[in-house]
Amino acid sequence: MQHKIRVVIAKPGLDGHDRGARVIARALRDAGMEVIYTGLRQTPEKIVAAALQEDADVIGLSILSGAHMHICPRIMSLLEAQGLGDVLVVVGGIIPDLDIPKLNEIGVRGIFLPGTTMQHIVDYIKEHVRSRVETS
Amino acid sequence: MKNATQSATSSRPGERKQPFTTISGRVIDPLYTAADIASLNYQRDLGDPGEFPYSRGIHASGYHGKLWTMRQFAGFGTPEETNQRSQQLLAAGGTGLSVAFDLPTLMGRDPDHPLSLGEVGKCGVSVSSLADMEALCKGIDLSGITSSMTINSPASMIFAMYLVVAEKQGATWESLSGTIQNDILKEFIAQKEFIYPPRPSMRLVTDVLAFCAAHVPKWNTISVSGYHIREAGSTAAQELAFTLRDGIEYVQYGIDAGLDVDEFAPRLSFFFNAHSDFFEEIAKYRAARRIWAHVMRDRFKAKNPRSWKLRFHAQTAGVSLTVQQPYNNVVRTALQALAPVLGGGQSLHTNSLDEAFALPTAEAATLALRTQQIIAHETGVTDVTDPFGGSYFVEKLTRDLEEEALAYFDTIDRMGGMVEAIENGYPQKEIAESAYTYQRGVEAGDRIVVGVNAYVADAEVPIPLLYIDHSAAETQLARLANVKATRDDTAVRQSLDRLKAGAAGDANTMPLLLDAVRAYATLGEMCDVLREVWGEYEEIPVI
Repeated sequence: MQHKIRVVIAKPGLDGHDRGARVIARALRDAGMEVIYTGLRQTPEKIVAAALQEDADVIGLSILSGAHMHICPRIMSLLEAQGLGDVLVVVGGIIPDLDIPKLNEIGVRGIFLPGTTMQHIVDYIKEHVRSRVETS
Repeated sequence: MKNATQSATSSRPGERKQPFTTISGRVIDPLYTAADIASLNYQRDLGDPGEFPYSRGIHASGYHGKLWTMRQFAGFGTPEETNQRSQQLLAAGGTGLSVAFDLPTLMGRDPDHPLSLGEVGKCGVSVSSLADMEALCKGIDLSGITSSMTINSPASMIFAMYLVVAEKQGATWESLSGTIQNDILKEFIAQKEFIYPPRPSMRLVTDVLAFCAAHVPKWNTISVSGYHIREAGSTAAQELAFTLRDGIEYVQYGIDAGLDVDEFAPRLSFFFNAHSDFFEEIAKYRAARRIWAHVMRDRFKAKNPRSWKLRFHAQTAGVSLTVQQPYNNVVRTALQALAPVLGGGQSLHTNSLDEAFALPTAEAATLALRTQQIIAHETGVTDVTDPFGGSYFVEKLTRDLEEEALAYFDTIDRMGGMVEAIENGYPQKEIAESAYTYQRGVEAGDRIVVGVNAYVADAEVPIPLLYIDHSAAETQLARLANVKATRDDTAVRQSLDRLKAGAAGDANTMPLLLDAVRAYATLGEMCDVLREVWGEYEEIPVI
């Protein structure tokens, strides 16, 4: 049986603007992925626990508030500690140009700014997700 | 004329798109005629401006007496930084203040709480105690201006801080004028900055209604908001319907709390989006006034005409701003801002060109204000009241939006009310569906967004941006530590104990909050006491 790509969509931090997270979750599901939406105000610990429990291939974070430089490093180190270093981590939201190389450096792969199409995100995930998954 | 109608309505090869729809997906005919408004009765359905049902506006003289208030939303970093921005906007001709708070403040957390890490001062100004509010208002005569504060779950705590600062300035509460958003229902529906479950949250709201009716009579106690509902992806009709149905819910809860409707209803105001679909937006504002007038007179039997009049603030659509070719946003905002002016709004915020990236720079914020001033003083659109009144198209659109909203009222009434509808996830699901439909339309190319899916530039020209670093958080942490070190801890503890007992019983929480604020209890401490009594709300996530 073909393995479906499993994606945890999470909204870390205090912000509640979830339009983007929910639209992307729908788009990934319609593209055939298994999507787990964690809901609002998730701590890095809760997000990594969800990824572990759900055997996630991908974590998609929606961050609009400017807290990404505090949240992402914590998530990346927790993933590493749990042996989940091969989980693809992508971020969508408002990320200043200045911070993009810093996020790439700590292992955040895809960074999707306003105006990115849903199709682009679907394609990106299919192309970059870890190899145990059949993506055909 | 007849020929023109026939050729316009027939399907012709080479027409740009079929069918033509508004940004909300509403199908629009190519031409509207007298037949479309045959059932419209001028006296019954429109009335002159200033006359029931106020479709044409709440003031007989339109903007001849007074222009709308140019109220630019501002807030970032420390109270001192925001105070400086406010003073600059007032000096540039702004006529009212509007304060944006950061996420910890909106969620009732102090800057030293673990969840506040990285969020202090980022999306608005950080205010966690009376000391911050004193710095925020320094040098501004609170009896001489109107202030709007965008605060919801902890609205009563922040309002209490404002009242105490006014008291210290020597201003009487009776003289104060302004608005707290205090609209918790749209938080559950759209913006999701909630703390407590819906029912105790509604109790905090009705406590403010009762307190202001007695002590701060010129204060707008709730700004019933559709803005965030629309930003979350609703259609224009859903924005209209859910916002006004929220208004109905507040009025009903106020009456159920023992208030006379005419005691508090005149101080309710509304806040709508000013989106890109020009005519649909104008029709939305006109429909809102007509629906509200009937609701207040017929459903709630309000006697005071001031209870019937829907006053509104509008803000241009943040969601329409693009990071691609950001100067295009100036044009979008200017066109959007025309709709609430032609639709008879009382107050307006225009977004800045850089807000798809960050909070605005001072220069961008000034340009946004200038946009309103140009509309007000150079275009002539303020000279005539309700200039689209009688337009076949706008009148038909107004009626259609009204009918769609009333159908939503029926659905929500059948659920038992808006609180029940929210608990069922109903408006949340309706909005999510519309948001997804819209996004798919953009990606299919059915909707053109200039610079995004058409007329794309090869290279983007960078614009200057405001970057908020960590220094604001450090300043705020230091002030908080100083407040805690210098206040009378016993007085704080006693005031918080009284707040807890009052919340567990049925006392009005406002006087108890005022005492806690005077003792320099922090926002987080006050909110935590109420968390202990009421618990926290957790939404069931649905996609």
